Amino acid sequence: MSLKEDLTQIKDQGLAEIAATDDLKALNDIRVSLLGKKGPITTALRGIRDLSPEERPQVGSYANTIRDELTTEIDARKQAIEAKELAQKLANETIDVTLPGNQVRQGQPHVIQQIIDEVVDLFIRMGYQVLVGPEVEEDKYNFEMMNLPKDHPARDMQDTFYLTDDILMRTQTSPMQARTLEKHNFEDGGLKMISPGIVYRRDTDDPTHSHQFHQIEGLVVDKNITMSDLKGTLATMIHEIFGTKFNYRLRPSYFPFTEPSVEVDVTCFNCMGKGCDVCKHTGWIEVLGAGMVHPNVLKMAGVDSDQFGGFAFGIGPDRFAMLKYGVSDIRDFYLDDVRFLNQFDRRG
Amino acid sequence: MKISYKWLQEYLDLDLPAQEVAEKIERSSVEVDSVKVPMDGLKKIVVGLVTKVEPHPDSDHLHICQVDVGDESLQIVCGAPNVAEGEKVIVALPGSRIANNVKIKRSKMRGIESSGMLCSLDEIGLDKEVVPNEWADGIYLLPDDAVLGDAVFSYLGMDDALINIDVTPNRGDMLSIYGTVKDLAAIYNLKDHFNVRSVTENGQQATDTEITATANPDLAPTYKLRVINNVLIKPSPRWLQIKLWQAGIKPINNVVDVTNYVLWKYGQPMHSYDLDKINGQHLDVRYAKAGETITTLDEKSYELNETDMVVADKNQPVGIAGIMGGQQTEITNETTNVVLEAAVFDPIKLRKTARHYVIRTEASQRFERGINVGGVQQAIDEAAALISELANGEVAKGTLNATELESVEPVVSTTLTHINKVLGTELSMNQVVDIFDRLGFTTDVENDALAVKIPLRRWDIHEAADLDEEVARIYGYDNLPVTLPDTDGMVGHLTEPQKLARSARQVLEGLGLTQAISYSLTTAKKAGMFLMQPSLATELKWPMTQDHAVLRMNLISGLLDDVAYNNARKVKDIALYEQGRVFYRNDADEVRPVEVEHLAGAISGSLDQAGWNQKALPVDFYQLKGIVNQLLINLSISGEIEYVATDELPEMHPGKTAKILVHGHEVGFIGEVHPSIAKQFKIAPTYVFELNLQEITNMPKNDNQYQLISKYPTIKRDIAIEVAKEISNEQIISVIKKRGGKLLNSIHLFDVYDGDKVAAGQKSLAYSLVFVNTKETLKDEDVNAAVDKIKKHLTEELSATIR
Repeated sequence: MSLKEDLTQIKDQGLAEIAATDDLKALNDIRVSLLGKKGPITTALRGIRDLSPEERPQVGSYANTIRDELTTEIDARKQAIEAKELAQKLANETIDVTLPGNQVRQGQPHVIQQIIDEVVDLFIRMGYQVLVGPEVEEDKYNFEMMNLPKDHPARDMQDTFYLTDDILMRTQTSPMQARTLEKHNFEDGGLKMISPGIVYRRDTDDPTHSHQFHQIEGLVVDKNITMSDLKGTLATMIHEIFGTKFNYRLRPSYFPFTEPSVEVDVTCFNCMGKGCDVCKHTGWIEVLGAGMVHPNVLKMAGVDSDQFGGFAFGIGPDRFAMLKYGVSDIRDFYLDDVRFLNQFDRRG
Repeated sequence: MKISYKWLQEYLDLDLPAQEVAEKIERSSVEVDSVKVPMDGLKKIVVGLVTKVEPHPDSDHLHICQVDVGDESLQIVCGAPNVAEGEKVIVALPGSRIANNVKIKRSKMRGIESSGMLCSLDEIGLDKEVVPNEWADGIYLLPDDAVLGDAVFSYLGMDDALINIDVTPNRGDMLSIYGTVKDLAAIYNLKDHFNVRSVTENGQQATDTEITATANPDLAPTYKLRVINNVLIKPSPRWLQIKLWQAGIKPINNVVDVTNYVLWKYGQPMHSYDLDKINGQHLDVRYAKAGETITTLDEKSYELNETDMVVADKNQPVGIAGIMGGQQTEITNETTNVVLEAAVFDPIKLRKTARHYVIRTEASQRFERGINVGGVQQAIDEAAALISELANGEVAKGTLNATELESVEPVVSTTLTHINKVLGTELSMNQVVDIFDRLGFTTDVENDALAVKIPLRRWDIHEAADLDEEVARIYGYDNLPVTLPDTDGMVGHLTEPQKLARSARQVLEGLGLTQAISYSLTTAKKAGMFLMQPSLATELKWPMTQDHAVLRMNLISGLLDDVAYNNARKVKDIALYEQGRVFYRNDADEVRPVEVEHLAGAISGSLDQAGWNQKALPVDFYQLKGIVNQLLINLSISGEIEYVATDELPEMHPGKTAKILVHGHEVGFIGEVHPSIAKQFKIAPTYVFELNLQEITNMPKNDNQYQLISKYPTIKRDIAIEVAKEISNEQIISVIKKRGGKLLNSIHLFDVYDGDKVAAGQKSLAYSLVFVNTKETLKDEDVNAAVDKIKKHLTEELSATIR
């Protein structure tokens, strides 16, 4: 057998061994045994000196080709085995992607706060200032300057917590009308303000009454403010807060500090106007009170009622929240059951 | 007030559905509570004739009746004592539905077949309170002309619609058929044909020979009496009883019923006295005298005050004026001579008395709101005429007027321009005049000016603004334009404190706390807990309950109530905050407290839910401190934030509480609620903080500032030291900072150990120190020198052992 035939045999055998290997270590052993100094190629080449000088380069070149071929094949095999092993390793790492993600803590604003912020932000966009007033109020601002003198029957509508004969827990945010009118300098232009806050009534707490609740007062006073402006303002708010599919109506009402006075109803949330128990089958739900500022209120605050006029409105965020979410017990807002509070976490 | 639609239709040509009329009333004058047709929900209840009555063999009170209901005869067992042959009765047929949704079926009563039921008034839905006494204990007997087999409802006024209106304090005129008719006439632009009975003084006697009267004009500016002699007291006719029970008033007898009828029709409260029971034949309207007492018609006794208005005879009060009459002079079946009273009483004084004794009657409600002072004579005349008619009485000649208000219709001036300016409309003078015409207001027009004469029934109208409302509501709010106010470039924004409060809320929510809103009014004890400064309590004068009697001086106690509420419902993991006011009072002389915005939080249980891959660690001081510290950083407070251990707050754990100082100024505290307080609240261990938000708002703020990030690498060195347990982290940091030199960039504590491997009374702490030079590459030897200096001073100043 010629040397060349030997080499060919070594090559064929080597290729077969490489192809049969599935293991990196075995492959390395093959590499060392085939291509190492003690390997068959090296051994075979020792016989080269027995060849004629013409044959030597040919056989030497052939040996190198075989060496390269085997090396390439071993590398390819190595990559293939590695790829397979990696695939196997990754397959072993497979996780259950349906297991829950880590819990992340997040708090929510109180649902009433959400409504207040929404209303306040809307009125800021419409150019209103935001003012806040004291919760412990003087009778003067809470009642007298709001055109509710002592012994006025409308005081019965608002049972009051008194601290003394003249100091009380404000029953409404309306005293902020008097306070603001008193301070505002109309030479600097008209007045547009909104005033959110807590108010108090001498009521026994039950599903529809709370001795503490919230109000948002609105007041616009300038030289040319009309009742149509009031209607437009309330319409804008109702459509913004509740949505444009809600209709509204104005009804005559009575507040000592506005004349004309209106109550505003919106389409019942529950039945969308068809009539149900919630709206007492009228299709309407009362949401706020409003009116044109009574000239007496302007006069008492030192504002010229011939020159200036305007409108005021009062919104009940608690009531809004109850209507919007169907909360049936107002006390839920103040007991702070975590399971209740955390429901209002949608921010979209 | 319940208004019968049929009664309205007697005076108005209105044939719209009642529901539609109610909607119109609501949009144009007053709120409508409900519209109810009493027969709704009832069925197969018809007129029957009792043809035969036999006793039930097995009962001492039941009867077996044969009842003709037109097309058939039914056998019905009935227990009413007044069932009798020949009477027309209310028959609930088999398959009928009576009051309270009860269905009537054929049945056997003690073995005898009974096909239906003979009914009393309350069984078909009339409120027991208004069933006349004569019908209280039996079935109702229908009039002879009732047609057999007809539904009974039209005979009892139950086919009528009752519109229940809820009248605002200014619209007292609507508390009458008269006022409602006038308003509806205006709304629908109709002419009403309201009818008034005139009186014939058919008696021989003159009123003033039978009785005399005096009245304090401050109490009763109008006080009128009439006398009707020789009356025959009996039940009122059915038409009158129906009108009253529809109104929710119980029919009594033909005199009392007439006074109530007139009250409903005109809104004029009236009272009737038995003339022969009036001592001295004299009535006087005056203040009560100290010690005087009265027993009223409802059999309640009152000890009167000197501010109460009474009507008295020669001896004693016979009525609380305008509120309720007394028993002494009550009309009884034996009464023969009646004194009728119609008056105007002072609303403010009357209201005080009514409120004081908590008496609310149909009369008092109307006097409080104000009545038609021009209609008193008409009302007393109609009442006299009706009593004369129904009780065969003789009306004595003349009305006795102890006082009489001169009634002049006021004139209110306005201009067309004003009306249009306020409403934002472009109404013409004709349109406006037409509206006033419809309302029954006469107008005098001169160019733009209007002088409007107001009928006395509309006492609520006395200035131009009131006329604006009349025009607006009759014109219709739906017809007003929809516009927005001229803004002339006003820009709205939150003020700095408002922005800060909102940021604080958002930061805390981002850090996992949910906003709570608790009650500002609490118990005296809770109000005074967790005080950040000495303060007197602010108490309500007449609290409803001791639970809400005193204004809070801290927010934490409210949050602990919340924690307790949740704990009691097995909700253990709680992270809440509240932003709100506390009420401080420094001086006993100042009544009004200072209102200060605070911010507080409470955490309890665990903040992290135990999961398949994470543990639920119980809340601790450092968890809350991390939250508070991040909050203070986010609020961009300028100045160093320090936490100084304190045991001064009695409601806090003495070893786990710190005052929070900003730039040396105390702004709040943080720590664990004292275990004994937690026990009082029945809550698990809870960590809390409270901050004076106002104070933080007022502090100087740091804006975000950019600092160049060094291009040169930093060098980090860790040092571990052992110190005495009492040495605080703060002390160590302060030494490191002071001695670290200007290359020291940050200090990070990464380990604290006080276990077995350190000596007793010692602890080991380890810090990473990062050095940086923004100008050139740091040299190792510079860092080494800085670290050596730090180590040296830690050893010298804090007796630390460097490990």
